[in-house]
Amino acid sequence: MQMSVNRNLTHLQRGETGILDRLDLPEADARRLMELGFIPGHSVTPAHSAPFGGDPRVFRVDGSEIALRRETAAHLILRA
Amino acid sequence: MADCHTDSTATLPAPADAPHHVVAIIGPPNAGKSTLFNRITGMRQKVANFPGVTVEHHMGKVRLASGREITAVDLPGIYSLEPRTDDERVSHDVLMGKMPGLPRPDAVLLVLDSTNLGRHLMLAAPVLSLGLPTLVILNMADDLSSRGGSLDVAALSAQLGAPVAMTSAKRGDGLDKVMQFLAGTASSGQRVAPKMQLPVLQNVPSCRKWASDIGARGKYRAPAPPLWTRRLDDVFLHPYWGPAVFAFVVIAVFQAIFSWATPIMDAVSAGIESSGAWLGGQITNPLLKSLIVDGVWSGVGSVLVFLPQILLLFFFIGILEDSGYLARAAMIADRTMSRVGLQGKSFIPLLSAYACAVPAIMATRTIENKRDRIATILIAPFMTCSARLPVYALIIGAFIPDRQLVGMFLSTRTAMMLGLYVLGFVAAVLTARVLKSTILRSGRTAFVLEMPPYRWPTAQSIGLRLLDRAKVFLQRAGTVILAIAVVLWVLANLPLTNGQPPEIAQSIAGSIGHFVEPVIKPLGFNWKIGIGLITSLAAREVIVGTLGTIYGIEGTTSDVGLQAALRSDLTMGGAVALLIFFAFAMQCMSTSAVVRRETGSWKWPAIQFGYMTGLAYVCAFAANKLVTALWG
Repeated sequence: MQMSVNRNLTHLQRGETGILDRLDLPEADARRLMELGFIPGHSVTPAHSAPFGGDPRVFRVDGSEIALRRETAAHLILRA
Repeated sequence: MADCHTDSTATLPAPADAPHHVVAIIGPPNAGKSTLFNRITGMRQKVANFPGVTVEHHMGKVRLASGREITAVDLPGIYSLEPRTDDERVSHDVLMGKMPGLPRPDAVLLVLDSTNLGRHLMLAAPVLSLGLPTLVILNMADDLSSRGGSLDVAALSAQLGAPVAMTSAKRGDGLDKVMQFLAGTASSGQRVAPKMQLPVLQNVPSCRKWASDIGARGKYRAPAPPLWTRRLDDVFLHPYWGPAVFAFVVIAVFQAIFSWATPIMDAVSAGIESSGAWLGGQITNPLLKSLIVDGVWSGVGSVLVFLPQILLLFFFIGILEDSGYLARAAMIADRTMSRVGLQGKSFIPLLSAYACAVPAIMATRTIENKRDRIATILIAPFMTCSARLPVYALIIGAFIPDRQLVGMFLSTRTAMMLGLYVLGFVAAVLTARVLKSTILRSGRTAFVLEMPPYRWPTAQSIGLRLLDRAKVFLQRAGTVILAIAVVLWVLANLPLTNGQPPEIAQSIAGSIGHFVEPVIKPLGFNWKIGIGLITSLAAREVIVGTLGTIYGIEGTTSDVGLQAALRSDLTMGGAVALLIFFAFAMQCMSTSAVVRRETGSWKWPAIQFGYMTGLAYVCAFAANKLVTALWG
């Protein structure tokens, strides 16, 4: 069942793990993020964020730490 | 799944013992390719702890045990064989044999980070399906075992159908297997077909699944997360401590450059003076004596004095880059970058522009968006490069009285120097803002940056960098600066009247200076500074040498020193204007040349030169008027 509002990466609290469902991004951007580990079905955990507003934020994914801007993270949809 | 696999059966025999055996070093970013390259070739390509250090291909010779030499090509890191940036395109073109002047490689060293094998193994599929003899190198094996990870090399090798070697390129472990592989491929020259089905590149999830399966069958146990990296990030990326630590470190670095380097600089300065005096005593011909002592020694010597400061700066930059902090700084800066329409990735080239704009402009190759890349190229020379350091240090030392502002920690001179560095950064950011909202407007691109684990900078890596930097600096002093000093000395001693050289003001050099004087007088500069501005078009620090030569010929330096001589020629207003001029003006031929090469036309370097020099003139004019009005 699909929830009415899709949760995305920005909704995760620090340390809370979510399972990635899909990447609502242009093909090329989605590809690059997948190459870095943001693959549907994989778990993602937010970690440290930049000072002064928390953007960008580091995500732990597939054994690496990758920093994403909020605007990008909002397009990575979590599994309901 | 039939659609995600490909059968690769082509066997391409290569002529045995081909004259130029070429082996390509390929792998994901920050896996240690350049470190391995340096190990096997004995060369010194730059290595550091952030993704995207190598942006062009470098070739080196590897001497095999048999005495035969083969060529190794170090390549920029790639995530897949589908290039998205200019640096990735270099790797792609070399692998495919499309790089002009370079044959298709005969073999491949695929370097993967063994601590992140699940993800890095994804690249093995497309690389192995190229059908070239490939050694899969699992680097950073020391990290893997110290963090409790492990794998079965034989099992993994069987799964991949290719030989596998565990190495630590940093420590030099496991290189014998690499050399054995190179000797083997060089003698057989056989190209092999992969013995297995490999996933094609289009589908990342299935590639990743393939990598997981291979890893599992190779008994790969992933290492524990890097604990120390997390602890350090708790501080460096802390909402309050992070920026505080950053500010503390920056101020401490500048204070160190000013205070710690002083005794060494004094020693170098004394050494140059006494050796000049000694030389002067050995030479009897007065003209030759003047050339050597006043022209060359005063000119080149006054630049050489700044070597310790520059090395200290590079020491700190080296620690920043090798430790992995640079990626964190880029992340902290991303917010500022995003406000002006650039992305955090632009920050890494900009940071390296504090050393020198030339490699910084090369480093913009990692930026995917063309317009973002051009904007970054255009603003990079505003960052305070190390060539400005001697100019700033000379003028600040001459004009700003040394007083402590905050105890031992911050002096007036350090504050002034910091101010100039900030000024350059502000000019860069505001220019980016203008460019990105006018001629270089573009859609926002995703900011994605991998945070490498922190690593200890090694004394060897930092030492080699300093050695290379000292070489570059001395080379420049011995060529460009020396040549300009000699030409200037000649022009300052012509025309001869009754066999006697003229007063320098009446010489050819003097007339050139006087010719430009009307243009620069509003900035508070006289004809001597004018000569320095002209020679510094070649490179910024040349003005220091030129002033050394001019005052040397005038005979002022030997009595009062370069700083005191400057004080008699510049007012406070003129001194501040000169600092501002050097902060903004585009005075570096190497930078213009590399901008031309990277952008493909003279259009951008011309715009850059005009804009920066125009800005420098206007701001120096304003600074002169303002300071003169306030100072009296």
